[in-house]
Formats: sequence, C-alpha cells, structure tokens
Amino acid sequence: MTVVLIALLPIFGAVLPLLAAPSGRSRATAVTFAVTAASLFLLLAQAPAVLGGATVAGGSAWLPDIGLGFTFLIDGLGLFFAGIILTIGLLIVVYAGFYLGRDDDPGRFFCFLLLFQGAMLGVVLSDNILLLAIFWELTSLTSFLLIGFWHHRPEGRQGARMALIVTGSGGLALLAGMLLLGQAAGSYELSEILTRVDQVRASPLFGPILALVLAGAFTKSAQFPVHFWLPHAMAAPTPVSAYLHSATMVKAGLFLMLRLWPLFAGTEAWFLVVSGTGLATMVIAARIALAKDDLKAILAYSTVSHLGLITFLIGLGTRAAVVAAVFHIFNHAAFKAALFMTAGIVDHETGTRDIRRLGGLARLMPVTAVIGTVAAAAMAGVPLLNGFLSKEMMLEAAAGTSYLGNPWIVAAVATLAALYSVAYALRFVHATFFGRSRLMPGGHPHDPPAGMWLPAALLVTLSVAVGVLPQVIAGDLVAATAAAVTGPQGPAPEVHLALWHGVTAALSLSLVAFAGGAARYALSGWVDRFWPRDPIPDAKALFDAALAGLVGAARFVTDRIHTGTLQRALSATVLAILAVGAAAFAGSGHAAGTRPPLPPDPATIAGVLALAGATLAVPLMHRDRLLALMLTAVAGLAVSLLFLRFSAPDLALTQIAVEVVAGLLLLLVLNLLPKTSPAEPSRLRLMRDAALAGLGGIAVAGLAYAVMTRDGSSIAAFHLAESKPLGGGTNVVNVILVDFRGFDTFGEIIVLGIAALVVVALLDTALRGRAARRLDRMRRTPAGGDRHPLLLAMATRVLLPLALATGLFIFLRGHNLPGGGFVAGLVVAIAILMQSMANGYAWTAGRMTLDAHALIGAGVLIAGATGLAALAFGAPFLTSSFGHFHLPLVGDIELASAMGFDLGVFLTVVGVVLLALSRIARIEARAEDRRPNRGAIAEPATEDGGR
Amino acid sequence: MIATAAVIAAAAAGLGLLLNLWRLIRGPGAADRILALDTMTVNAIALVLLLGLAYGTGLYFEAAILFAMVGFLTTVAFCRYLLRGNIIE
Repeated sequence: MTVVLIALLPIFGAVLPLLAAPSGRSRATAVTFAVTAASLFLLLAQAPAVLGGATVAGGSAWLPDIGLGFTFLIDGLGLFFAGIILTIGLLIVVYAGFYLGRDDDPGRFFCFLLLFQGAMLGVVLSDNILLLAIFWELTSLTSFLLIGFWHHRPEGRQGARMALIVTGSGGLALLAGMLLLGQAAGSYELSEILTRVDQVRASPLFGPILALVLAGAFTKSAQFPVHFWLPHAMAAPTPVSAYLHSATMVKAGLFLMLRLWPLFAGTEAWFLVVSGTGLATMVIAARIALAKDDLKAILAYSTVSHLGLITFLIGLGTRAAVVAAVFHIFNHAAFKAALFMTAGIVDHETGTRDIRRLGGLARLMPVTAVIGTVAAAAMAGVPLLNGFLSKEMMLEAAAGTSYLGNPWIVAAVATLAALYSVAYALRFVHATFFGRSRLMPGGHPHDPPAGMWLPAALLVTLSVAVGVLPQVIAGDLVAATAAAVTGPQGPAPEVHLALWHGVTAALSLSLVAFAGGAARYALSGWVDRFWPRDPIPDAKALFDAALAGLVGAARFVTDRIHTGTLQRALSATVLAILAVGAAAFAGSGHAAGTRPPLPPDPATIAGVLALAGATLAVPLMHRDRLLALMLTAVAGLAVSLLFLRFSAPDLALTQIAVEVVAGLLLLLVLNLLPKTSPAEPSRLRLMRDAALAGLGGIAVAGLAYAVMTRDGSSIAAFHLAESKPLGGGTNVVNVILVDFRGFDTFGEIIVLGIAALVVVALLDTALRGRAARRLDRMRRTPAGGDRHPLLLAMATRVLLPLALATGLFIFLRGHNLPGGGFVAGLVVAIAILMQSMANGYAWTAGRMTLDAHALIGAGVLIAGATGLAALAFGAPFLTSSFGHFHLPLVGDIELASAMGFDLGVFLTVVGVVLLALSRIARIEARAEDRRPNRGAIAEPATEDGGR
Repeated sequence: MIATAAVIAAAAAGLGLLLNLWRLIRGPGAADRILALDTMTVNAIALVLLLGLAYGTGLYFEAAILFAMVGFLTTVAFCRYLLRGNIIE
C-alpha cells in the first residue's frame, strides 16, 4: 500500500498548492515541499529493505481482463530513480519558491509540478507495463503544461507543442510496443516479463517490440535525430528546465532501456542501434553546444550529449557498462541541475542569458561563480569531481569496444565528444564569470538570497563528495541499482568506484580530451572562421514544415470527404442506408406480419393527418422561416397527442415540455439569423432530393409496419416484471432511467452539463471582436408593443407557484406514476423562463439567487453521490435501494434512493435550459437598438442585469 | 352513452385540428397563423381530456394541465418575436 501512496501522494497533493496560493507564494511553496517530503519519507522507509536486495510490491487489480493492473514495485532501480526524482524535487521546490516572479501564479506552477512528479514516480515504480505507458503519457502532458507555463510567450507555446508532439507520438509507439511485449511474454507485469527473457527473444514480435520501445525511449530522452525538442523546451521557467529537462523526465527513456535491459541486452540489434544512436547523439550535441550563445541552450545540448553518453553505455550490453550508466545518471542529475540553477540565477540577476553580453561575474556574484565553476568542471570531467569518475568508466568501456569490426572508431568518437564537452564547459565558465565585465540589462547583479543558491550548493557539495569518496557515498546505491537492472540471471555486476585506476587507456583518452578541449576553446575564433557556426540545419524549421505538410494533407482529405454542405452529407448518408436496406430487402422474404392492426378511429386519423400535413408543408414553405417553425410546432403537438393515444403518458409529458423549450430556443436563434434564405437549388437537384427523402420515408414506414405487425420477444417483459421487485417503482420508464440504466442517465446528464458550458464558452466570444461588431451592426428596432406588457407580467407571476407545484408533483410521484426528474426539470425551467419573458431577464435574474452553473454542478454531484453511496453499503455503483417508512400524519411512504439520483437529473436539466437560453438572449440584447424603456412595469431593467 | 359521445366529440375536435392546420398554412397574416396554432393547442387539450374519458383514467388530465399551463407560452413567444424580435428582453 505504501508503494501506491508514494506515487499517488504528489498527484492528490497537487490541489494543495492551488488552495494555498491565495495566502501567498511561500505558503504554496511550503505545502509543495511538505507533499514531496512526505513522499520521500515513505520511499526512504522502504530503502533499507530494497538495498538489502528485496523488492516491495503493492497495488490492486484494475482491468484484469485486458492485463491492466494498478500494481507498483520498488526494486533497486525504482528506488534509485524515485530517490533522484524526489530529492532533486525538494531542492527545485525551494529554488522555484524564490525564482517565480510577481506575475507567475505559484498555485498553478506547483500544481503542475506535483502532477508531473507523481506521473514520473508512476513511471519508475509501475510494475504493470500498461500502467507505465499511462504514466509515461502523463509525464508528456504535464511537461507540456510546465513548458508552456509562460503561455503569453510564443516560444513557450511553440516549445510546449513541439515537446508534446514528439514525446507524445513516442509514447504512442511505446504503448504499442508494450502491448506487443505483453502478448509475447504472456504477462503485463514487469516482474513476470523479466523472468521470461528466452520466450520474448524467441517470439516473432521481438523485432517490432524493440523498435517501438526504442522509439518511445529515444523521443523521451532526446536522442539524435529526434533531439530537437529538448532545446526548444528551454522556453520553460528555469526550475522546470532543471527538474524535467536535466534530472528527471529526459531520464525516463534511459530508465525504460535499463528496465528492459535483461530482455534486449546482448542482442546484435540492440548493440548496433542503441550504442550507435547514443554515440552519434553524444558527439553531435556536444558540437552544437559549443556553438550556442544562450546559457540554457548550451546546457540543453550538453544534456542531450550526456543522455547520448548514457544511451551508448546502456547499448553496450555489458555489466560494467550498466554500472557506469547508472553512476553517470546519478552524477549528471547532480551537476546538471546545479548548472541550470546557476543559469537561472545569472538570468535572474543580469536580465540576460546571452553569453556574448555576460562576463566578469565572478567579482560581482562570487558564490554563484564558485557553484557554477565547480558544477561545470564536473560536467567536463575534472578529477576529484563526480563527472570524472563516470566519464573515465565510459572511456574505458569505449576503448574496449569495436563497432562493425572497427576497433578504434568508438574510442575516437567518444574522445571527440569528451573534447567538445571540455570546450563548452570552459566556454560556459569563462565567458560568464571571467573575462571583461560588461554592462548588463539587469543593473547591478549580486548574489541572490541563500534560498536560491543553497539548493545548487548542496548538489555541488554532493558532486565533490562523490568525486572524492565515490565508493563510500555512492557505492551501495549504484551496486543495488545495477543489480536490479541486470536481474537475477547471471552474476551481479561488480561495483568498485575508485579515484585512481592506474595509467589506463581511459586516462590517456581523458588527457587527450582535456588538452584538445582547452586548445579548441582557445582557438575557437580561428576555427569558427573555417567552420560555420551552425553546421546542422535548423530542426525547428524542418519540424514546422513537416507539421504544416501533415496538417495540409489532413485538410485535403477532410475537404474531399466533408464538403461542408448539409444536403450533400445527408444525401450520401440516406443513399448509403437505402442501398444497404435494399440489398437486405431483396435478399430475404418479406411476408406481411400476422398481428392485426388496431381499428382506426376518427380522432386518431385526424391527428395523423395533421402530423403528415404539417411535415409535408415544411419543405414546401421553408422559405418563410417563421411559418416553418410553426409547422414544426404542429408536428410536435401531433406527436405528443399520438404518444397519449398509444398509452405513453411519460413520453407525452416530456414531449409537451420539450416542444415549448425547443420553440423558445429556435425563436431566439431565428432572431439572430439573416432574414434572407439561400438561393433555390436547380430543379434537378430538388427532384433528386425529393426522391431520396421520399424513398427514405417509405422505407422507414415499411420497416416500422413490419416490426409492429409481428410478435417478438423483447427485453420489455423483463423490465415490466422486475420494475417493482428490483427497482421499487411501478413507473417502468422512470425505473429504467434512474435504476436499470442509471449509469447511462448519469453519463447523459454529464454530457448535457458539458453541452451547456460549451454554449456559454462559445457565446462568450460572440460578445467580443468581430462577432460583437456584427451584432452591433444589426441595430434591430422592435416593431412595437410593450417590452413587458402588464397583463402578461401579472398573469405569469400568478402562474409561477402553480407551475412550480406541478413540477414538484411530477417529480415526486415520478417513481411510481408518469413523471420524473427530467420532465419536472423542464417544467420548472419553463416556469422560470416564463418570468423572464414576461418580466424581463434582469428582473428574473435579480430574484433568482440560484446560479445556473451551480445548479448543473450540484445536479451532477448529487447524482454521482447517490451512486457512490451504494458503494458504502458494499453494492456496485448506482445500486438503488428502497424502503417503506412510517411518518406521523402522512402515513406510510415509500422512499427509494433513486429519488436522490432523480433530483440530480432534475437540477441539471433546470440549469442547462436556463443557462443556454438566457445566454442566447443576452447575445441578442446586444443587437437591439437601445431605446428608452417604454411600458416597463418593474424597476427599470438594466441591459446587463444580474450576472 | 358516454363512450359514443366521447367518440363524436373527439372526431369534432380532430376535424377542428385539421381546419386549424389549413388556416395556419393559408394565413394570410402572421397573426392568423399564430391564432391558428394557439387554437390547435386548445383543441389538443380537448382531445387529451376526451382520451382520458375514453380510457377511463385520470392520468391524462395532467397532460392536459401541462398543455394548458405551458402551451400558451409558445403563442406568447411567437407574438413577442413578431413585435419585439428578442423574446427574452
């Protein structure tokens, strides 16, 4: 259970910063710190057992039928990564508390940060690989929000979108890979899969699995050639860059490769692809880093280069290389996060990150300069610092590796990358902290408050400590992690971290790199003259072009299929249905049904004739829109009557109420439509459409006749029989809605609520910009009459209590006799709309203290809470119960819990109708000519009344 | 007796419904049409009540009440639309 909490604590805790933010940034920082610390505490409580070689598992089944389990696992690797995520997380929280500006919303920032943290912990602690893929996508989504935190800046939005597209599509590939892996292994639990190495390797799916998993890992860990998103993600606030884009998220790809290492390592494809990609990334990114002028861009490309280094080590497939990879992940997280923080401090204090405008900061901000210099030295791999040790191990591994039969190419490329690494580290330090002091935009830079440099200082201290005493400080952790990576098969990897290994090949390569790097930096002016600064094409331009091409292709296809004319879409649909129906009709017998039809009576014939006449008249007279609307009202009236005639009072009540609301809605909309109708189509097209519509109508009528003249068994019998015993109500329609199919209804009211909110959101924009100017141009002057006629106003006020009582009555008895929450909601909404029409919107809104938004929310929540209440009694969601209660005076009454659910439906319907209609009316108010209020009977109504 | 009467009355109301529809389609004025629609609602109420009598149930009276209580709103809305444009001012 603890394992589950470690990952879920930050996710649930993400609301706390939002709640704390109004009382200040430091409060928000404090709760975020507390949540992270609590999660870290839970993790550390498991650490002794895990370091001792045990694994801690927890969780529960989720959707066992498709192999999705909510299962978590802590082993050495999970502990290692979770420890990095939470420890660096704590430091970042402190740093961010000082870094965020006055205009940045700390609640939103820390909320996103905690969500990201939880998702990331989920990735590294998941036992189920599908769950891992879900958390993987969550890290992409939350990092999108964090990169785009400054969404007023275009580079922030573009960088966020690019990162989401690249890592998101990688995540999709990963999901596919995980599904295949699960099939090949016969299990979706990592702990199971890793014991079935031979089975997976023998599977024909092995190749696709490898390709898809690597696609996910390489996009996430920014490997060449999909590395380009990472530098653009640097548009994020610096704490985000330090946390996501150096210490944690970009390591997720490495984590995945380490996690699945036993499955793949040692195969030829794995070695060639992973090592090759890593090596290429390492050297190309290091070269680009040298050419960049922005501090964060240098660090970004340097991060890509170091990720390449680790990928290279993972691809080698030897145990010694795994030890080196794990150790370098640890070291890189420490010094790179410190470097990002330093860059953030410099940016904060001087107002620029451009290396050409900086210089001589060592005298102005000595503390920052010491931290930055030591961290950069670790990055370059200077002895006595942690970076030196892992780089030595990398060079050692490279020296002993031949690639495609070539024994020296790997060592040469790795040394070249190390050389560039020394050069850009030198440039970073020298150009920022030393050299000539320049006038900087930020005025007089000085060291920031301790809270801002202390986190970086702690990380740098760790770098030095590990560099001096590697085995004491990091030995056990690295050993436990590496052992967890390589798995129980074979001997555990030997871990011996030491400063001095004697004069080895690695040491000589290291010396070459230092000498070469220093020379390269000293001569950079001379080299740059012969080598253009940006030898690599601009990835962003390529990416944008590719994206524009995709969008264009999608638009081309869509435009061909979807022409935008309703007539064409409808005729295609009807034609297709007719064709399918005709084929079925021709291919089977069609004898008439045996059931005798009901005897016709004059009133029914009249009703049917009215329905048919009104329906036929609509297409003939549609030019007069008002008349068409009246004719549809007649059709609705006739349908309501026919429902009653055929004993469906529930439907009839609903239909009557819906007709009124729909009529009002259409009249509101009609007022905004242009008063001219489009040109008449050609005679030929009219004939074609008439023929299609006629055929469709005849087909549906024939189908209905065929079904209704036959006796068939249906589910109706069950509902009729079980409505009372199971649902506790005699009104079958209502019992179906609130009980048997309650889950459907729950979904529907949610959709209804969402639709109303979308109406609000869409219409909100109509009051601004171009749409508003068009409304203003309408300047419609009423033809005459009172705004609020006295007689109507008084009559409807008298009617209000009666209408409300009817609504209440219909609601209360709905479970046993015709009625229910939906009809009652419509009736009450109509009663209130009546007041708005007769007395004015402002008058009514001023008297109705209930907010329509709140009604919708309350309705959905009440319905959901009623459903959840069943869980408390151990029954499934939305199980209803009922019982008889005896009340004094009233007598025996029956109460069903479904009543609470129906109340939710009722409130939602009232809210939705009121919200949607009143919003459209508000829009219209703008198009009106504002004349003095004639004949108002209430207080003078303001145009923008109430809310 | 009452059953026969109900059938005759329903036939009359049904005929009224059709005549109203004729007036609604022919017009000529918008006011004629609105009045026709309103009268249709009145006829519908009559039909509902007669159906209730024929089936011998009180449930249908509620449908009639609902028609009577909210049906006039459509008429009001059409009138407001003609006179004022916006039906909720």
